[in-house]
Formats: sequence, C-alpha cells, structure tokens
Amino acid sequence: MPAQRPEIWVFGDYRNYFQNRVTLQLLSRATDLAEKRGALVCATVFGWDTGEWVGEYIAHGARKVYLVEDRRLGRYSCDLYVGLMERLARRYRPEIILVGATSFGREFAPRVAKRLKTGLTADCVGLDIDENGLLVQTAPAFGGNLLTRIVTPQKRPQMATVRPGVFREIPHDHGATGEIVRIDFPEDMPPDRVRLVSSERTLPVPRHLGNAEIVVCGGRGMGSKGRFRNLYELARLLGGEVGATRPAVYARWADEDALVGQADKHIRPKVLFSFGISGAIQHTAGIVDAGFIIAVNKNPKAAMMKMADVAIVADAHQVCLALIKEFKKRLRA
Amino acid sequence: MKFVVCMKQVPMASELPWDPKTRTLRRDLAEGMMNPACKQALELALGLGQKEGAQVTAITMGPPMAEEILREAIAMGAHRGLLITDPALAGSDTYATSFTLARAIEIFCPDFDLILTGCHTTDSETAQVGPQLAEELGIASAAYVDEVTVEGGTARLRRVSDGFLETLEIDLPCLVTVNTTNRSPRYVPLSGLEDAFGEVNILSVGVADLGIDPALVGADGSPTRIVDVTAPRSGKENVVLTGAPKKIVEELLERFESRISGLIRQDIRKSDAR
Repeated sequence: MPAQRPEIWVFGDYRNYFQNRVTLQLLSRATDLAEKRGALVCATVFGWDTGEWVGEYIAHGARKVYLVEDRRLGRYSCDLYVGLMERLARRYRPEIILVGATSFGREFAPRVAKRLKTGLTADCVGLDIDENGLLVQTAPAFGGNLLTRIVTPQKRPQMATVRPGVFREIPHDHGATGEIVRIDFPEDMPPDRVRLVSSERTLPVPRHLGNAEIVVCGGRGMGSKGRFRNLYELARLLGGEVGATRPAVYARWADEDALVGQADKHIRPKVLFSFGISGAIQHTAGIVDAGFIIAVNKNPKAAMMKMADVAIVADAHQVCLALIKEFKKRLRA
Repeated sequence: MKFVVCMKQVPMASELPWDPKTRTLRRDLAEGMMNPACKQALELALGLGQKEGAQVTAITMGPPMAEEILREAIAMGAHRGLLITDPALAGSDTYATSFTLARAIEIFCPDFDLILTGCHTTDSETAQVGPQLAEELGIASAAYVDEVTVEGGTARLRRVSDGFLETLEIDLPCLVTVNTTNRSPRYVPLSGLEDAFGEVNILSVGVADLGIDPALVGADGSPTRIVDVTAPRSGKENVVLTGAPKKIVEELLERFESRISGLIRQDIRKSDAR
C-alpha cells in the first residue's frame, strides 16, 4: 500500500535527545527536499512511551509519524528496529530514508539497506534533489581532497546517513500538526538475537566541541603531549574547546572525544585555530564549515595552510606559547 | 573454533602526493597498508584465537597487490589468507562487496564461529560492509566492539555506543566490527616474516570461483552510482605570516584584532587603544 504522495522518512533516533539533535536536523533538511520533490516529510518512531518525541518531531517538521509502540521496544535494539523498518518500508514504500550517523544509526542503516536491497551512502555532508527527482548525496571520499556525489538511480528507497551537526534544525513550532499512523508490533517478529546484559551511561562529556564557537585544534606537529597540553590553556583563555586530529588522539595527547574529522566530529566554529595539522582529508572534511581559520604549520604547502584565512609559517608550539602570553596580557580584565 | 577476519588494503593517506593541477591525491603512487581498524580486528582475533585454539582466516577483496596485507596478517599469526580479486569486482559499493565476501565465506569457511571486521576504513569510511555482511549471511552482529570473549557457544562483547557502556551476548556464529583504539597490534616476529614470505597459505580466487554472476558485483551490481567527484572549496586568498613567533602574534592581532575580538566576543585591543 504505497502512499499517494512520495514520502521522505527520517528515522527517529531519540536516545540522548538533549545532546543529539540529528533527527531534528534531518527533519529540517527533509523539509527542504520535500518541497523540491513535492513529497511529505515523515518520521518513524519505535519505542515505548514515546509521546514526547512524536510531539517534538511534528513540531520540527514531520507531517506524519509512523509509530510503533510496544513494551518490547523499550530499549534500543538494532535487530528489532531493523526488522520493523524493513516491514514498514515494504508496506509504505518511502522514496527516501534518512538516518543520523550515530553509533546506532551506523549499524542500523546498512542492515536496513541490505534487507531492502537498496543503496546507502554514508556520512553525507550534503543532500539535494536533482532535475530527475533523484536524491543527490554528497559524501567526502576516497582519501583524496574530494567530495563525491552519489545517487541510487534504480533501487528504492534511496538511503543516506548524515553526521550530526551537518544541517541546522528548524525552530520548534508549537502550532504544527501532523498525522500519527499507529502500527502494532508484529507478533511474528523474530526475537532479538542480541542480549543486553548490562548498559550504563558513560560519564557525561562536559565538552561540546560540535557547537563550540571557538575551537583550538592540534595535530602531530605539536610534537608532544606536554606541548599539546598548552592548547587547553589557549582554549580556556578564549572560552573555546580543544579538537584533535587522529594522529594526536592515537598518540594519546587528547581524548577520543576531541577527534575532529570526516568520520568523527564535525565542527563549525566561528574561529578555528589549527596547530601543527597538515590537513588530511579525514580531518579537513570535518572543518569545512569553520568561519575564520588561523593555521600554524612549519610547512607552508600543507593542505591545512591552503584552507586557512591566515597561514602562519612557524613552529606550532612556539606560536601557541606566544598567543597564550599575548592573550593573557590583553584579556586581563 | 574458526575465526574469519575481513580486511581491506587502504592507501597510506599521509604519504600521498598531492597533485595541485588536478586537485587530487595521486592514488596511483600510494603505498598500501592494512586498514588500521582491520588490524585491530586481526589483533583481537589472534589474541582470542590463541586462547580458544582457533584457526584464523584472513580475507580481503581488492586488486592483486592487496595480497600484501594477507602476508602481513599471516606474519602476525593468521593461519591462512584468501584474496578475492577480479576485474569484474571493480566499482563495487558496500552492497556488492558484502555480497561477494559472504559468498566467499560460504565456500571457503562455511563453518565459521566468529567474523571480525574493522569498524570502518580510512579511505571511504562507510562502516557499512561489516553490518551488511552479517545481513548477507543471516547472522547477528554488533558494531564498534572493544572486547570479545567466547564462552560455550556465546560471544560476550563490550562496547561504548552513543554514550552507553554496553555488555552484550550473542550466540555464535556472529559478526563483530572492531573499534580502533584499544589494542596495540603485535610486532611481527622474525619467524612470522619467514612464514609470510615462504610458502604461504594464500588462495587467490575470482568471481567464477565463487560461482557469482558478474552482473551482481562491481559497478553493475551496486545500487549506488557515483555522479561526479569534485574538490571541495578551493584555497582561500590567504594571508601568510612568517617570522619570529612573538612578531607573528603581534602582527596577527594587529591586523585582525577587531575581527578576532568580535569572533571570541572579548576585547583584545591593547589597553592603550581602549
């Protein structure tokens, strides 16, 4: 029973709602796409006692919510959610399914795509509709300084995962209304093959690198853990957060939470200080939305230096120290 | 027990020469290496395999040169390698890749207990092949796993997922994708090197050996299609500052002080200018 109007579905990933706004961001982008396609924006919600999320999704752009509520869905289950999404998609035939690239979404979406025998593009940084009505999915790729545009010409639905922070949510609209389609939990659903023995929240991370306005990022060029630590001092002075490249995290100069890059955190600071970072695509894909970039590197030819508004050819550590000193002087109240 | 580790050879991105004319990396000049997450998966498999007395099979799909990482895997302690290489596989997306890997496993290691893959690769970073391979084989899976133990017919897993530390149990056979950060891969012992470059147990197969219809793999068998590849936002008209750090910082703040003040919402003008 395919819907009359093409539908764009957004998977309702409501866990960690207050930190993770990716579902709202996708609803916002889906609203733009729906306009171009003459389509309807829908959300799917699987869970138990989910009224809060249903209301939120409608207030943020969903015109229809497919809701499966059952006690058995009280905790996130990849197996069950994949099974439900497969059945719903076969029944209602959405044209597009968008999923946030959370840890859960990155496990869930590939399996749904496989069951539906369709394509999936990972970690999109752009989504658009082309003149033929196809979803054009832009993903950084191929270890080159490249963006790849990908379509799924034949198979349906067209599926993409999108990193949190790529799109901006639309404001909450209390007056918005939407249809709620309730679907019973299918009694013939195979049981979950994964048993959850225990689950505890890890300590909350006080840092919000993803939405910081000022970010101080460091890479291998900082030279050592002790030197890297100075970046925290600089960030503290400026009221910013510290980010790091993979080599810096692998060297344990910074926590993994600080990883900035294509498959890690996307940041969109107004000002980005980049210290000792050469600018491999895995990193630069995560900073393309930075407003003003000040990069320090000994190598003037480094890719990071080409991206910068101000490229400082010098030792990253020395410049970091000089900045700390100067800011301390100038920021003295 | 039988473990299968699926791995991929990726270009060593940090060593890639950049072509400013075409704004691309010269992948043809790239050295290949074992994808770091795959190495973690192998390390986990070898450690667990030693305890459980398991046979470890390393599988890769790629061009003929991808055999290098199978030799490396054998040097580290894997028992045998399987290289799936065929021009017909070029252009496979994750859908076609997981399909191909599944057929190979069904033929060459049908009685596997545990499949391990890296959680993602450093070149395309999709993180999709592992979960899709589990779907192809009709087995349960868990992604981004840090620790695995096996007891009886059950795998016990630990992982951190979206801010939750989870302990999971899955009956064997199952598939896990292994996170990048935990284990230091072992050094390759000299005897391992001898093993790897002597008479090695590496089998090379093509799509015909797997009984696969070539139309189901490669670009033809892939639901996704690449439209084009472009260079993101070209270099800005950037200001270059050189000299002594102290001088540079003064110049930076002088030239951009109002801008930086506005951006960080703090007044950084020198006190005499206030």
